[in-house]
This record gives sequence, C-alpha cells and structure tokens, in this order.
Amino acid sequence: MQGAAGATRAEAEPTEQQMPAPQPAAAPVPTPAPAGERRAKTIDTREVSLFYGDFQAVEGVDLTIAPNEVTALIGSSGCGKTTFLRSLNRMHELTPGARVEGRITLDGHDIYAKGVDPVQVRRLVGMVFQSPNPFPTMSVYENVAAGLTLNGGRMKKAEKDEVVERSLRGAHLWNEVKDRLDKPGSGLSGGQQQRLCIARAIAVEPEVLLMDEPCSALDPVATLAIEDLIGELKSRYTIAIVTHNMQQAARASDVTAFFNLEQTGKPGRLVEIGPTETIFTSPSEQATEDYVSGRFG
Amino acid sequence: MHAQADTPPLLAAPTGGSLWRRKLLNQAMTALIVLAFVIALIPLFSLLYQVVSRGLPGLDWEFLTGTPRGIVGGGGAAHAIVGTVVITGVTTIISVPVGIMAAIYLTEYGGKSRLRRWLTFFVDVMTGIPSIVAGLFAFALFAIFLGPGIRLGLMGSVALSVLMTPIVIRSSEEVLKIVPNHLREASYALGTPKWRTIVKVVLPTAFAGLVTGVMIAVARIVGETAPLLVTTGIVDSINTNPFEGRMQNLAVYAYSEYRTPGVMKQASYDRAWAAALTLIAIVMILNVVARLVYRRYRTEIK
Repeated sequence: MQGAAGATRAEAEPTEQQMPAPQPAAAPVPTPAPAGERRAKTIDTREVSLFYGDFQAVEGVDLTIAPNEVTALIGSSGCGKTTFLRSLNRMHELTPGARVEGRITLDGHDIYAKGVDPVQVRRLVGMVFQSPNPFPTMSVYENVAAGLTLNGGRMKKAEKDEVVERSLRGAHLWNEVKDRLDKPGSGLSGGQQQRLCIARAIAVEPEVLLMDEPCSALDPVATLAIEDLIGELKSRYTIAIVTHNMQQAARASDVTAFFNLEQTGKPGRLVEIGPTETIFTSPSEQATEDYVSGRFG
Repeated sequence: MHAQADTPPLLAAPTGGSLWRRKLLNQAMTALIVLAFVIALIPLFSLLYQVVSRGLPGLDWEFLTGTPRGIVGGGGAAHAIVGTVVITGVTTIISVPVGIMAAIYLTEYGGKSRLRRWLTFFVDVMTGIPSIVAGLFAFALFAIFLGPGIRLGLMGSVALSVLMTPIVIRSSEEVLKIVPNHLREASYALGTPKWRTIVKVVLPTAFAGLVTGVMIAVARIVGETAPLLVTTGIVDSINTNPFEGRMQNLAVYAYSEYRTPGVMKQASYDRAWAAALTLIAIVMILNVVARLVYRRYRTEIK
C-alpha cells in the first residue's frame, strides 16, 4: 500500500505494546487471548443465507476471511454485501424480522450458537460504518474511550489515557487531535471523523474489523489516508471491507470476493473469491470478468 | 436554423397586462396574509395589556409575601405562590419519569407490537381529557382510599399529572425519534447492550429536546383551576406539605378572590388580577428558560 500523498502522512508508528485483554467472554465464544499471545481470528461462513422476513437477501455463501489480510467484498448495488457483512457481527438480527441461516464461526466457534451473547460477539468483531458517526454529545477523548466506558468498565484515568492515545496513534489521528481531545468529536473534518471512528473501534481491541464502505463519504485525500491505515491495521487484525469502488478493492485488498444478483428480486450470491490480482486480471467466472471490466455494475 | 434572434415563447417578457395583474394579485395576497396575522395577534396583545394594566396595581410586596387575613380579606398570595410551586413540583416528579420511560418504550422497544399501538391510542385520548374530569378522577380515587372529605395537595398533583403525562410522552417520543439510528448502531457495534445505549447515547443526545418538552408541559398545567378546585380546595394559610391538608394555587386564588371578595372589593379584584399576572409571568419565565436550555445543550447532529 503506497502512500502517494506524503505530506498528509502522520509520523508515528502505532505503539506495539499489548494492553491487558478484556474480560473473557462466557464460552462458547472464544475468549480474547491474553497479552502477548493475541492474534487475529479467522471468520468462516458455510451455506449462509440471510432473510428479511420472507425476502431472501443472500443465499448460500461459503467464504473464509483470513487473519492478517484484507478481504474486499465487491459487487453491484443491492447484491447483499452489506447485509452479509452485518451478519458477521450479529448486527443483521437487529432489524425486525431479520433471520440468519447457516453457520458462521469465529476461529471455529459458532457465533450464533445457543447461549452466545451477541453483545460479546460485537466486542470481538468491530465495525466501522459508511458515514462517520462519532457520538455528538462526547468529546474526541470520550468518543475513543466510548467502547470502554459504555460497557460500564471502570478504568483508572491513566489507563484510559493510554488506551485513547494508543488507539488514536493506531488510527493515524493522534497528532491532529492531541491538543483538542476535549473538543466535540463532530468538529473534525470528514476524514478525521472516520479515523476517529476507526480509533473508537480499535480501542476495544477486537479480533476482526469490518468496514462498510468506509471511504464512500470521503474525498480522495482522506480516502488514501484511510487505505494506508487499513494496510497497516491488517498486521494486527482480520479485516473485511465492503466497497463499491473497484479501484479501491484492487489497491487495498489481498483477497477479493465478488457478489452478484441474477436479477432484482433474487437473492445475492457469492460468485467468486480469490487473490485480488487473479480476480482482476484473470477471473474464472464470466460474470466476474464482466463486472471488473466495467461491462455492468 | 435560428437566422434571427427568435426568442422562444417561454423566455419572452410577459406583456404589460398579465404582468400588472400578477403583481396586483401578489400584493393583495400579501396584504391579506399580514392582516390575518395581525387579527390573530390582537387577542393576545389585548389580553396581555389587560392583565398587565390591571394586575400591576395589585402587585406589591404584601401580595407576594403575605397571606390572606380572614373573612375581611386583604393580605397577600404567598400561600398561593408556595402552593403553586409545591403542587407543580410534585406533579412534575410524578409525570416526568413515567412519561419519559413510556416514550422510551414506544420508540426503542415497541416496534410493531400491539401494546405499542394501544398505548399510542390511549395517550392520544388522554391528551384530550377535560381538566375537570382529571380532577374528579383524583377526587374519586382518594375518596375510595381515604374517605370523601379528604383534601390534599397530593390529590391536585395526581389530577394534574393525568393531564401532564400524555404531553410529556408525546413530546419526548418525537424527540427520541429524531435521534438518528446510526448513533445507536455505532454503539451496538462497540458491543454495548441496548439499555446502556439508551441511557448513555440516546438520552444525552435528546437531552435538550426532552427538557424543553417537560417545560412546555409544566407551563400547560401551572394555571389549571378546575381540577384543583375539587381536590386541593381553598385555604388561607401556607402549606408546604402535599401529604396533609389543603393547599391553594395561584389560579384557584384568583378565582376565589374574584368570587368571594373581601370587604374592599376593588382590592380583592386587584389581587385576582395580580395573581393572573404572576401566573403569566411564571409561564413566560418557563418558556424562556426552556429556550435557553435548548440552545445551550442542543447537539448538532449531521
């Protein structure tokens, strides 16, 4: 991941010290590994179908999102990529009437098994949304720490300071906001707000980071900064990103999965998945070839 | 193709006659609307003028701090002012938690459930309950448990809260609906349980609107007379305990001074007007405070 806009690059590397892991979740959700042993987890889906009431949005998806790489989900509008992404951290079921069939596992543990607390799953699988959405009533500092304070955790101020700084450095935002940590989060530019949301997501130390078109609301300079950031974050997390922008998928991802709809009203399917280079240069399916060469979509 | 500058009919300037007619119509309509606005404001200004001009003479130190002096009449309205504050305070304590929690249920947990539809229906009905009915309800309720002769400040508060709660529910519901869903989603995505999301994200974001809604509801009930006539009654002394004895509020005081004036009729009437003026002043102050709180605490949501 090259950074062409050298001027906008933040200086420091994120600090690599491991923080103490959050409290272990109740089995069977995997517990976060203790400090020093942390590694990103694999998400595996088998025959996953997603429904909104009677309407089937996604059908029979088998794919694996591997650790320490970026998997891009591409495809035309309405083919179910975002719906699929939201099923990976149990946000899909928040819509009334929504249903999941099939098996989704995080490092081998079924996240939809009976007795699994969706709140715990969401602490392990974080999400960054399309439009930056910092909490308007909180300052920058409070926004980053929100994942920790909203869960009722009591941390000493010094610990919190450390987590906030580490997360902001990790999101390449520290230098820009270190003098204005007490100002409202909504006073930042779009690109800064999105990096703030990323800092907020990584502050809780998830194993997986899901990103739903994180750059679609941003200008090209901010987009590049985020893509650089994603390239760096993959060394510590498993990352899946939904994107409409094929060039972004080509630039920023290692593995690409192509979703498609046969026609409106039919459920979306996973057509092909493979190393990004292969998908964009010599895909095996005709539909994939048509999409990446711009013949439709 | 267009040899000469042939302006298409659409862009040609309107000819004299139709332009003049349109301008005249415009001005006539504007004048009519302004006139309607002025007519609508006349009662308000006339009322304010009357209350201020008749109430000011009666508004003196004695009025604000003294209590009535027996059959002869005279004295002041301190007991009524205190009564107003106490009764309104207790009403708020009853209505606000119930109202806001009901609004939270309706927006966050209700979904499409039948309970929600029934609740919304009954809240709508309650907003139309005549205030005397609310008073009689409170009277009957307490009469069942405590005997028919009872008079308590608390009864008045119960009656008023029947009137205030639906207003709080309606306005809170509207405010909570405005909180954008993507904020809730951001909180859920961090692994926050639903109730914490409501307490720590939704309510703070809606705070300014909630306070404004409550203040407006208070302003609505602070001048109610009928329900208090049948519940808290007419009394002469200051009573700060809502659980014991009669209590009087400014609206009832104005009524009683007018209905049963003392020996010096005019002075009684003056005091009634002064009570009305005080009430209007209280409502104005509440509205101003509501606006200030809103401006200070409102959150800019993109």
